[in-house]
Amino acid sequence: MNAALQLAGLPSSGTAPILTVEAARKVFGGLVAVNDLSFDVLPGELIGLIGPNGSGKTTMLNLISGALKPTAGTISLDDRRISGAPPHVIARSGIARTFQLVRVLPSLTVEENVIAGAVFGHMRLWGGDAKDFAHSLLARVGLVGRADMPTTALTYIDQKRLELARALAGDPRVLLLDEWLAGLNPSELQIGIELIGALREEGRTIVMVEHVMDAIRSLCDRCVVMNTGTKIAEGAVGDVLSDPEVIRAYLGDSDA
Amino acid sequence: MIRPGAHEIRMGVLAALGFAAIACLPLFDDGYYLSLAVNIVMYVALCTAWTLFSGPTHYISLATAAFFGIGTYTVGIGIETMPFGALLAIACVLSGFVAALVGLATLRLSGVYFVIFTLGLAELVRQVVTWVQTNFTTGIGLYVFTEFTEKHIFWMLLGLTAVIYLTGWAINRSRLGFAMRIIGNDETVAAHVGIDTARAKVLLFIVSGAFIGIIGAILAPRFAYIEPPSAFNPMISFQVVIMALLGGTRRLWGPLVGVIPFTIVFDAVSAQFPNHTSILMGLAFLAVVYLIPNGITGWIEALVAKLKGGEAAPARKTRWIA
Repeated sequence: MNAALQLAGLPSSGTAPILTVEAARKVFGGLVAVNDLSFDVLPGELIGLIGPNGSGKTTMLNLISGALKPTAGTISLDDRRISGAPPHVIARSGIARTFQLVRVLPSLTVEENVIAGAVFGHMRLWGGDAKDFAHSLLARVGLVGRADMPTTALTYIDQKRLELARALAGDPRVLLLDEWLAGLNPSELQIGIELIGALREEGRTIVMVEHVMDAIRSLCDRCVVMNTGTKIAEGAVGDVLSDPEVIRAYLGDSDA
Repeated sequence: MIRPGAHEIRMGVLAALGFAAIACLPLFDDGYYLSLAVNIVMYVALCTAWTLFSGPTHYISLATAAFFGIGTYTVGIGIETMPFGALLAIACVLSGFVAALVGLATLRLSGVYFVIFTLGLAELVRQVVTWVQTNFTTGIGLYVFTEFTEKHIFWMLLGLTAVIYLTGWAINRSRLGFAMRIIGNDETVAAHVGIDTARAKVLLFIVSGAFIGIIGAILAPRFAYIEPPSAFNPMISFQVVIMALLGGTRRLWGPLVGVIPFTIVFDAVSAQFPNHTSILMGLAFLAVVYLIPNGITGWIEALVAKLKGGEAAPARKTRWIA
């Protein structure tokens, strides 16, 4: 589509954002989990959504994917409002995600798990086409030759790979990764970072909630930092991580 | 679309031969065994129709008696004025319509609310029918006199069972069937890959309810005299659940394996000890809960996997929504 534009490096300031979050707010009873958060994601960008535990990152991702409906605010994909729509409508409009606690479909085979991502989205693949596409994605994430296995035979990182393949199977316009790198050992982490890096190279737009600082530094174009539901910083990774307020949020007052 | 493989064609031919053989039964006996066979085929049809929806979704529906009674009453009311075939069609549409209403109202809720609502539905419809009959018509019951004998009912049920199996097979191969498997695994994931979970569940509930309505309509001539307590008998709902779970709901033919032994034993027990059939139901229910959570077919499949050796995929206990 606009791969040429996406591969031309960092998007210029004139590019229209693909995903817009405007004053998104989510309240659970008396708790404001996401407090009027706004940010834009440009096509081909990899945005890191970071912040201390409990700062509302996953809730923000849930608002985008439709798992939760915002209390107020607007989220748009390509100028089309998606906030408030049910998750299947949002998925079909081109947003795919992985989950913080990996969610594979246990009674389906590895291959079927991937096909699940391609059948109901805008691809609407079925039969042989869906199988071929699933096999190419399994190769893409490093699961060659595992197609007919039960998911119970997969290791943790392979389950994560499988979940990523399922998300990619929908050919999403925006891919949401919720701590996809969490729980991996150092060598797996390196593989994981390379895989996400390769996705960015091919022009995927990605929003990634992450705690692994190595990954954030090496992968993200920009970061949005959250603390107790509020955006406290946004910008290039190096700038954001040296921001005194961000350091205070992570480490407490005395270290700032 | 996926073309049927050689294995499926072979199974299809075998199944067709099996149905043809069973259809010859009335030529040999038209007494006790035919009557038992009608019971068996009726419950196979009911349980398989029930499993179309409850198998993949894991929602326990106790609405069987409601759909069954709607079918029975359709025939009871219309038999004097309309041909039987038209009544079957009306029963199908009416019970499908009620299933759609119930589905839209309750399937967004999950868990125990659905179970209770479906149980209440049969009672509600029964009370409404009773109220209408006592206030607007002369009597509480309806007579259904037809030319049909036991063997005609048997053949109609058998034909319908074949249609139910074919429908289930077609659904399993379709996008809808695949969507239902995903929903049964993880509803959150299902929604996030683009499945309209509520629509898929309502669709399947309609198909299931419509079939159960037709079964009720076919059975009406057998009752000859219809009144609300017999047409909307909640025992039908409970028996269907127990037999289907006993057989196993992961395969289309699973309920069959539960229905045949249960119906035969039930028949023998009710002949000897007519007041103690609930003990049998209780025992079967305990067996399902404690010993064979995936039914007889699930148990056999696990056993076969074990005998074949190798790493069998650990059989996951079906989590029923109740």
